[in-house]
Amino acid sequence: MTGKIFTARHAMGQQVEAECLSANDGFSARYDLNRLEGRFSRPAHKLFGQSYHGKILVLDTAKGGVASAWMLYEMKSRNLYPAAIVFNTVNPILAQGAAHAGITMLAGFDVNITEAIASGSRLRIDPAHKTVQVLD
Amino acid sequence: MKLNAEEQAMLAGELGPVRQAAIAHQIQVGEFFGAADMVPVSQSHIMADTESLGEAGVEWLESLTKNGGKERVVRIPTITDPRGTDFNKAKQLGQTDQMISLERRAIAAFVKMGVSMTDTCINYQTIMAPGFGEHVAFGDTGVVIYSNSICGARSNFEGGPSALAAGQTGRTPRYGFHLDQHRQPGRRFRINWRPQTLNEWGALGGFIGKHSGNYWEVPVLEGVEGNPGSDSLKHFGAAMASFGSTALFHMVGITPEAIRAQDLNMAHLPVRTIERAEVMALQGSYRVTDEVDVVVFSAPQLSLLEIRDLAALCEDRKFKIPLLAVTSPQVKPDADRMGYTETIESAGGTVFAGMCFYQSYAREIAEANGWKRLATNSAKMVNILGGYGYTPMLASMEECVAAAETGRLA
Repeated sequence: MTGKIFTARHAMGQQVEAECLSANDGFSARYDLNRLEGRFSRPAHKLFGQSYHGKILVLDTAKGGVASAWMLYEMKSRNLYPAAIVFNTVNPILAQGAAHAGITMLAGFDVNITEAIASGSRLRIDPAHKTVQVLD
Repeated sequence: MKLNAEEQAMLAGELGPVRQAAIAHQIQVGEFFGAADMVPVSQSHIMADTESLGEAGVEWLESLTKNGGKERVVRIPTITDPRGTDFNKAKQLGQTDQMISLERRAIAAFVKMGVSMTDTCINYQTIMAPGFGEHVAFGDTGVVIYSNSICGARSNFEGGPSALAAGQTGRTPRYGFHLDQHRQPGRRFRINWRPQTLNEWGALGGFIGKHSGNYWEVPVLEGVEGNPGSDSLKHFGAAMASFGSTALFHMVGITPEAIRAQDLNMAHLPVRTIERAEVMALQGSYRVTDEVDVVVFSAPQLSLLEIRDLAALCEDRKFKIPLLAVTSPQVKPDADRMGYTETIESAGGTVFAGMCFYQSYAREIAEANGWKRLATNSAKMVNILGGYGYTPMLASMEECVAAAETGRLA
C-alpha cells in the first residue's frame, strides 16, 4: 500500500505528515474522548485507550452532537489534539470544528478509507490537492 | 461561493472585524461542502457549555466582545442551548468555583453580543418553533432534528462557532438540509408495533440512528399509527441524532414532508422491518447491573408535561439515592407555580433549570459525588455518558423513580 494516493471530495487545512490511527468506527469529541488525557475513552470504541495526540485519525463517519465544534479548538489550545482527521463521510459539526480550530480534514472517498489505510501507517495529507498518501 | 454585495462588504471588513471573521468562517465551511451561496436565516441557536468551550473557547468569545458595541451585536434573534450549571445548585452538583466562573464569563460575553440567554434545548416547545420551510441555524442535534423533521424547518447541525457566525451575519451557507435534494429519504424502516414510553421511543430512535449510517442518510419510518406527541417525538429524534448524527427523519402520515407516502421518493428503497425485540435488546445492552447510584431525567430538558408526570410518580415516596430532573428556565417557574417542583423535592429529588446533565462537567461531578451507575429514561444520554466514565442504564420513568427509592432497577 506504500505510495498509494487517495483523493477526497472535501478538504481543508494545511499539509500534514504523521502516523495514523485507523478504525472502522465513528467519531465524536464528546462521546469518544477523554480530552484531558488525550485518549479514546468510550469502551465500545475500536480505538479505546489509544492516544490520539499528533496522530492522523482515519475513521468512518462523524457522530453525535455539536460539542465537537468547540472541543477541537479547546484540544488544540492545550496542544493535545489529532494532527488531522480523515473521514469516509463527515457531518457539518466536525467540518465547522476543524475550520474553527485550524485542523486539517479530508472526507469523501471512492473507497472505504478505513479499510484502505492500515492503522499505524505514516500518511501525508495535502488539502490543496485533496489527497492522502500512504508513505510507509 | 457566490456572495451578494452585502456579503462581500462583510468579507471586506466594512461591517467590522467580527462579521468579517464570521463570514470568512462560513465561507470556509460552505466551500468545504460545495455550497453555491448563502441563505438568510431567521433565528440562530448556540450550543456553548463551558465544558466544551474550555478556557480557550471562553477567551475566544471574550475577544469578540472587545470590538465596538454595534459591530459585535448579532443581527437576528440568537438564543442559547443549556448552560453547564444551574447557578442555584452548583455546589450540590459538586461543581467548582472555577467552573462557575468560566460559565459567568461565557454568559457575560454572549450578553455583550446581544445573545438571548434562553439556556434551553427544547426551544421548539418553549420559545418559538420554526415554521415549515423556514431557514434557521440551530445548534444542539435534538433541536435540529425536531425542527427539520416535525416542523419542516431547514437547518444543518450548526456547532457553536458557526451558529454564532450565523447570528452575526444573518445567514448560513446553503448546503445540506437547506436543499431539497438532501431531504429525500435514503433508508426505509417499518414497525408493526408501537413504543409505549419515552424511553422506548428513544430506543427506537437510537436504533434507527445507529442503522442509518451517517448525517446524509435520511431515514423514513412507516407503520406509526397516530401522532405520538411532542415529547415522544422529542426523545425519538434526540436519540436518533445522537446515535446516528441524523439531522432529519420522515414519519409517513405524521411529519409534514411525509403526510402522503407518494410525496417521498422511497419506492426504490428496501424496507428494514424493526422488531420490538431488537429495540428492547438495544435498551437491554446497557443494563449491566441492577445497582444504581443516581437517577437523572435530562437530555432533552423536560417539558412541563414530563415534569408533571414525574411529580405524579414522586408522590408519597422517599428517595434513597439522588434523583435529578433537569428542565428549561421557561418551564421551571410553571413547575414551581403548579407544585410539581415541591412534590419532586419533597421526595428527595432536585429540579434543575437551564442546564443539561451531560453538558455540566459530567465526568467531574461523577467523581465529586461518587456516581457511576446511572439510570435514566433518555436514550440520548445513555449513548453519551459511557465516554464520561458512567455505566448508564435505560429504563422507563416509572422504573427510574422506583430505583431512586430502592437504589436498584427492578
